[in-house]
Amino acid sequence: MRPTRLLDGLVVAALAAFPLLAPGYLDLGTRMVILALFAMSLDLLVGYCGLVTLGHAAFFGMGAYAAGIFALRAWADPVAGLVVGGAAAALLGLVSGAVLLRSRRLTLIVLSLATVLVVQEVANKMTWLTGGADGLQGISMGPVLGRFAFDLLGRVSYAYAAVVLALGFLLFRALVDSNFGRSLVGIRENESRMHAIGTPVDARLRTAFVMSAALAGIAGALQAQVAEFVALNAVSVELSGEILIMLILGGAGRRYGAFLGAPVYVFMQDYLAREDPTNWYLWIGLMLLAIVFFAPGGLTAWLGALARRLGATRS
Amino acid sequence: MWELADLLISLVFYGTAYGMILYLLAVGLSVTLGLMRVVNLAHGVFAMAGGYVTVTAMSRFGWPFLAAVLAGVVVVGLLGVALERTLYRRLYSAPILEQVLFSIGLIFIAIAAARYFFGPLAQPIDLPAWLSTRLDIGIGVFPAYRVFLIGVGGMVALAIGMAIDGTRFGASIRAAVDNRRMAESVGINVSRVFTLSFALGTALAALGGSLGADLLPIYPGYPNDYLVYLLIVVAVAGLGNIRGALYVALAFGITDTTIRYFLPDVGRVLILLLVMAVLFRHPHGFAPKTQA
Repeated sequence: MRPTRLLDGLVVAALAAFPLLAPGYLDLGTRMVILALFAMSLDLLVGYCGLVTLGHAAFFGMGAYAAGIFALRAWADPVAGLVVGGAAAALLGLVSGAVLLRSRRLTLIVLSLATVLVVQEVANKMTWLTGGADGLQGISMGPVLGRFAFDLLGRVSYAYAAVVLALGFLLFRALVDSNFGRSLVGIRENESRMHAIGTPVDARLRTAFVMSAALAGIAGALQAQVAEFVALNAVSVELSGEILIMLILGGAGRRYGAFLGAPVYVFMQDYLAREDPTNWYLWIGLMLLAIVFFAPGGLTAWLGALARRLGATRS
Repeated sequence: MWELADLLISLVFYGTAYGMILYLLAVGLSVTLGLMRVVNLAHGVFAMAGGYVTVTAMSRFGWPFLAAVLAGVVVVGLLGVALERTLYRRLYSAPILEQVLFSIGLIFIAIAAARYFFGPLAQPIDLPAWLSTRLDIGIGVFPAYRVFLIGVGGMVALAIGMAIDGTRFGASIRAAVDNRRMAESVGINVSRVFTLSFALGTALAALGGSLGADLLPIYPGYPNDYLVYLLIVVAVAGLGNIRGALYVALAFGITDTTIRYFLPDVGRVLILLLVMAVLFRHPHGFAPKTQA
């Protein structure tokens, strides 16, 4: 059995075990799960395609608003809402990908920032549809699959989000292990060489971009459904930066980065930021410098090295 | 008819003043990107630091405005030398992801430091009397402060242009931007060129930050808030295109001011879509030189 199989199982087991280990922290757990899904979607771009963007919250927010508005005006079914949120974000990804993917590096960053600012400003100004700065209020979700109504303790919310994350991870796993995923890594490592051996680079990147946008949109839709509210800062540069930090903390392009990074970040934020928000900025800043200079690859790489060292001493 | 002409003149005037500040803030970033290939998102930190030094020198030590601005420029320029020598240097050949993370980290640390030392509120700047009046400059009566901004920006742009074209150091910068290896092999000390031009870029950002403090208020969120505008100027002009940065900054300032005046509701979206359209047509900006 390949070690990844074992670790994949471990990820799913951890998702299932969380409510048993920390039953009083289901809200926090749900937040971790949703952000892990969001970070995983970003990993497709940053980790596997090597495209650095600072605007991924555009898709998260698009999914959140689409799912929220759909529930409010059409149908309060959660699963249908996920599909709507994912589809809306994928559509935005299709359009913005066509613009963004013509450039690389700095220009790509500028365009991604512009995208998220445009979506945010549109959401801010279309008050009649989105609620503007007050956020989208008054959503009331129906039961999941027609059977499981959301409860006050957040048990259904957590289970629902965890199942969606597990399914998302299956998809992500299939993607990165496929030839398609390998070709993305090839493009990351050397774009012109992949081009030269006949890989349709533009088409591959565009496909990956749309998939990543759709996953981010599903994460956003989950957030909207679980909170029954969409805040304007679901589409923001801040959230785009935060999700990148979560991914990097876990390790980009390493399969489990999102699963480690998002929970650790949310936990630290919950613990540290409540005490003193000013120092929270300082800690995150120092942590980023530490990762860049001492631990590229984040927690995943660090744990991997630790495991290898343990394995070496044992044998 | 005359009213429309007056309106257009004042839009161009206010847009130019805004564009000049953007130019001062962005020109150093353009050099950093073109020369060192470092995507330094933290460039706004230096502008903010310059603003804080200026405000502090004026309010705490009672320095006159111009001396305080000079203090900001010098202090931040030295800070730039120190950071280039210790941290930025390690990132020259790093992947873009690490450069982005490093600069985000630096922004966060700067925000925390600014809040700790100066609090969360914007720092008011006491402009001297000669800048608080209005001036008749022939085409209309305008605030002296903005006339001053345009004058200083224009002189700086002129001086940079002459230095790039006419001095040995400028030739070294051009050579290193065009082809770093070749510049090294003909004996240019590229490492020193890097340090000096980084310091100059940070000093210019500090100049923009302190001179513009009345237009773009100095507060802890500064490095984030204006980042996207700086990046737009640099990306549209093309990395390392120093002269282009001036034209793009002015064009952006005037267009932004005009659109916001006529269409206050959708102006912000329109200008961003316009920038996206331009970058879609010209992914490498308007510079002959490509790629960061």
